[in-house]
Amino acid sequence: MHIHVLLFASAADAFGAPRLAVELPDGATADDVRARVLAEAAARGAALPASTRVAVNRAFAEPHRRVAAGDEVALIPPVAGG
Amino acid sequence: MTVPRIVRRPLDAAALLARVASPAHGATALFVGTVRGTNAGRAVTGLEYEAYEAMAEAELARIEAEVAAAHPDVALAVEHRLGALALGEASVIVAAAHAHRAPALDALRVTVEELKRRVPIWKREHYADGTREWVDPTAAGATAATGADGAAG
Repeated sequence: MHIHVLLFASAADAFGAPRLAVELPDGATADDVRARVLAEAAARGAALPASTRVAVNRAFAEPHRRVAAGDEVALIPPVAGG
Repeated sequence: MTVPRIVRRPLDAAALLARVASPAHGATALFVGTVRGTNAGRAVTGLEYEAYEAMAEAELARIEAEVAAAHPDVALAVEHRLGALALGEASVIVAAAHAHRAPALDALRVTVEELKRRVPIWKREHYADGTREWVDPTAAGATAATGADGAAG
């Protein structure tokens, strides 16, 4: 399953891009996405914050939520609005 | 009518107050978050805000719906600005109005706190020494209790 993960703020800086393509097994969860992206960032020497979350279809996703091809998936670094 | 909550222009408190105004309201509460010149002891020269705009709009709509469920007669208006902001400029404004002050003040506080906790907006601080950093309120030493969640709000 091919997923494009939207990246923002420190996560976008870590990859030098606003999105990252990852290949995951069917049935992969939001937590699998999170683990993969954090591992790829670490491989590039960037430590993303442990409190980084995943959103699916514009809402925060529970860790065990399954992700499907075609979902809008995003990595959400610690938010700092206000 | 859907009014954009995420904008890229200076914020206007009077416009938000006008949006919640009604002869039924006897109390209007206003929160204005502005860019502060220091954060955690460092001199800040300005901020830039970025957002996952589609989700930020959706999350703000969910917060407004939750507040409306808790306080059915509260009128609420929220705007958050993106882009580069100078010291003293407003980054976020929330206006809440009700017949009485208790629901207006509660709705205002809940909206501001939930916005800071879960709306996907990020700020990068520019420091006097020329460096820039994304603010991480969850990092060690930065807690809501100390207010060290960036040089604004």
